[in-house]
Amino acid sequence: MFLACSPALFAQLAASGGFQSQGNVLNYLPPKKVTAKPGAAVDSGLPLTLRSGYHLNSNMPSDDYLIPLRLTWNPGPLEATGFAFPKAQMEKYSFSEKPLSVFSGDFEIVTHFKTAPNAPAGPATLTGKLRYQACNNTMCLPPKTLDVSLQVEIVK
Amino acid sequence: MSRYSRAAAAAVLALLLVGCSKSAKEAQANIKPESNRKKAPNFSLKDANGATVNLADYKGKVVLVNFWATWCGPCEVEIPWFVEFEQNYKNRDFAVLGVSMDDDGWKSVRPYIASHKINYRIVVGSEVVAQQFGDIDSLPTSFIIDRDGRIAANHVGLVDKRDYQNEILKLLDDSKRASLDRIVPGVLAGLIRPVGR
Repeated sequence: MFLACSPALFAQLAASGGFQSQGNVLNYLPPKKVTAKPGAAVDSGLPLTLRSGYHLNSNMPSDDYLIPLRLTWNPGPLEATGFAFPKAQMEKYSFSEKPLSVFSGDFEIVTHFKTAPNAPAGPATLTGKLRYQACNNTMCLPPKTLDVSLQVEIVK
Repeated sequence: MSRYSRAAAAAVLALLLVGCSKSAKEAQANIKPESNRKKAPNFSLKDANGATVNLADYKGKVVLVNFWATWCGPCEVEIPWFVEFEQNYKNRDFAVLGVSMDDDGWKSVRPYIASHKINYRIVVGSEVVAQQFGDIDSLPTSFIIDRDGRIAANHVGLVDKRDYQNEILKLLDDSKRASLDRIVPGVLAGLIRPVGR
């Protein structure tokens, strides 16, 4: 009865878990292995799952002070030429006066790659970083960076 | 529905309403009993002017220590409340101390202080300080510290402004009562002693 009668406290308890670390609220599935010829263009999707109740700022957040979702790839046999983010949701939260541009639930970021013309044939691993900042309706978690990787097979 | 069923339903509803109103009052001043209060960890951090701020120097005051960041939407909601508390209660030995957890420190924090007209002291925090306060991972997280430097209440996430206000006022009033409790017996003893001589 106490919890039911005290929404603020309920929200606090439900959202907090005390001072324990929230861990990674965002997880990714290893992307499918990419097979490409030197000089060819290829796309790769990075499937992401965000913990229920949380949202991430999109790649184009509503305010300058918000930290955007960013995916970067380190130099390797593939070079990122662009990204396709899903359409952001415009959501209103109790802490925001206007709707925020966010992602939630399951979604995918697609990277458009170009294979280096002189890429040697054979397997390789491309590594990258995914930076995000998550919140729920009452609190935010610090920005985090996930290490991501992509298995690549260059064929002649 | 029979007359008795209606009466029973009304009784249950009345009990729920009574319970709710009582719980709501309790939730607004979530102060720990003095015996359960732990000493707040001390820290030495720099403020916007480069001056060192020691939490221990605030002993004798009620202090609201607020861990926040410029990128935290819920934190932004609380800032005007804290500005108001600082303005209204600073003459009653109360202070707000904001601990920013922004990675890029003053680069983000300094313009934010100006744009949000923050009237209380801000320091830039560190992982070490966050760990000392219980591995703070969610913002906003706030601690209300009593005049003896002990944590009397804490909140994780956005809570009701009245919760903070009631807790601050309760601590300020408790302190006043405690002072009177110390003073009155002394005064009485002073009055009684000459009579006994």
